Amino acid sequence: MNLLYNTIYQLQEITLLTWRALRSLFRPPMYWSEMLKQMDVLGFGSLAIILLTGTFTGGVLALNSANTLQRFGFTNQTGELVATSLIRELGPVLTCLMLAGRVGSGIAAELGSMIVSEQIDAMRALGTDPVKKLVIPRIIALLLMAPALTVICDLMGILGGLFVAVSQIFQATSVYMASAQRAMTGNEIIGGLLKPVVFGFIIAIVGCYMGLSTKGGTVGVGRATTRSVVVSSILVIFVDFLITKLLIATILGYD
Amino acid sequence: MTRTYGPQHAIEFREVTLAFGDRVILDNVSFEVGRGESKIVMGGSGTGKSTILRLALGLIKPDAGQIFIDGEEITDHNEEQLMRVRQKIGMVFQEGALFDSMTVYENVAYRLREQKVPESEVEPTVRQMLRFVDLEHAIFQLPNELSGGMRRRVGIARALVGSPKIVLFDEPTAGLDPITARTICELALKLRDLENVASIFVTHRLQDIEVLSSEYVTRNEQGDVEFHKENDEVCLVNTRFIMLKDGQIIFSGSDEQLNEAPDPYIRRFLQRRG
Ligand SMILES: Nc1ncnc2c1ncn2[C@@H]1O[C@H](COP(=O)(O)OP(=O)(O)OP(=O)(O)O)[C@@H](O)[C@H]1O
Ligand SMILES: [Mg+2]
Repeated sequence: MNLLYNTIYQLQEITLLTWRALRSLFRPPMYWSEMLKQMDVLGFGSLAIILLTGTFTGGVLALNSANTLQRFGFTNQTGELVATSLIRELGPVLTCLMLAGRVGSGIAAELGSMIVSEQIDAMRALGTDPVKKLVIPRIIALLLMAPALTVICDLMGILGGLFVAVSQIFQATSVYMASAQRAMTGNEIIGGLLKPVVFGFIIAIVGCYMGLSTKGGTVGVGRATTRSVVVSSILVIFVDFLITKLLIATILGYD
Repeated sequence: MTRTYGPQHAIEFREVTLAFGDRVILDNVSFEVGRGESKIVMGGSGTGKSTILRLALGLIKPDAGQIFIDGEEITDHNEEQLMRVRQKIGMVFQEGALFDSMTVYENVAYRLREQKVPESEVEPTVRQMLRFVDLEHAIFQLPNELSGGMRRRVGIARALVGSPKIVLFDEPTAGLDPITARTICELALKLRDLENVASIFVTHRLQDIEVLSSEYVTRNEQGDVEFHKENDEVCLVNTRFIMLKDGQIIFSGSDEQLNEAPDPYIRRFLQRRG
């Protein structure tokens, strides 16, 4: 009962924070330099893990699909299978789970320590709205960087698959790439970019909310960090299901 | 005695009550701070002194009662309206609350930069403020490279930039050496007597109480600052006291009244002198 109450309460508070952020999104002052800094820290800083994640996921996908396809004699379609899985599903979800772990936790920890050391209060006392100065730059940074990193993850995955296809199942590069290209239709790509935009927003707003609602000293900061990762990961996976359902009902259905 | 309310006060609390959960911290507290007056707030640890300052800034809202800043009721103000009111107030936080990702310079410049003051004006102001608290040499250091007392002084410099008409000091001298503490008290005296700044000064230190209630500052013809000790004829010192205990104000008045107060708790509080 308490858990249910807490969940509903937190969802309500997150919605409120979202509403406050959206309302003041285009109202001056805009903290452009803060936005750029966050893009660098949150986005560029995550490049390395996304490169690794993408490459190995693509490689594993190629191994598994080639193995299955072999039985039906369709190994020349490995590229399409790898690319479709990546663009539709694994690229967005894995990228954003990585971001939830690396970036969402960082946001919660940073804002949480600022709460605990009264820096947020000092900010308010000096006439700054923390939502404008801290929350909005992080939301915008992730709205832009999550799709960008997803694209990079997809590309690296396709290349990782290529490497496996060429070196393990002795496929010609041209066969793999031609097959992979068939997966890259306009609708697939739109669907594959919509997801990380939504997920990026979720990660930013959950991280900010958990950080700003920190209570109880350094222990509280730890709790906020953990909670931010857990809640945003679960939300990412849950919302992924909803978006996939929506996409299949609209632009991705085969009929 | 009739009590008049209104714009003549810089800060006014009217029957303010605040509880955290079921713990009542402030119970029907009323007081006012006149323009140019220094109000020393005393009381044991955890009696709600910092809470009073946070209420005056609008960082938290009272459960009941009204709070006025400069004659304007802020009790029901939203964050945007509070931003405007906070422009008039400088706050020295008990733990400093410096932005730890920014240098000393950026901390002190923060308010001016937020107000889009051109950098050519920011720099001289910041340097002057830092000279004031004797920290110009630390200008490009980060807060975690400073000692506690240095951090406190940066916090004071940050609060005073922009010449606010109301300044809230939360134990600005706690844990400092006597000379630095004396400098901070002199700063408060100058604000009170030369700039007509109203302030709330939370402190436990009897030396602070002594300085703030018996000295005053004037400027002579050459424009130099002169410190005077109050003698029996003149009473120019615009400092008054309140003492908090168990959520209530158990004393409110001048230093003469404080020294003659019969309340045993106050007597014990003051007899730590020695
Ligand atoms: N956010 C909060 N939640 C719950 N209780 C709080 C909160 N902030 C303060 N308190 C309680 O309110 C009381 C008053 O706190 P406050 O910080 O105002 O004390 P203080 O008079 O400044 O003490 P000190 O001299 O130690 O600084 C304390 O007992 C504290 O436990
Ligand atoms: Mg305090």
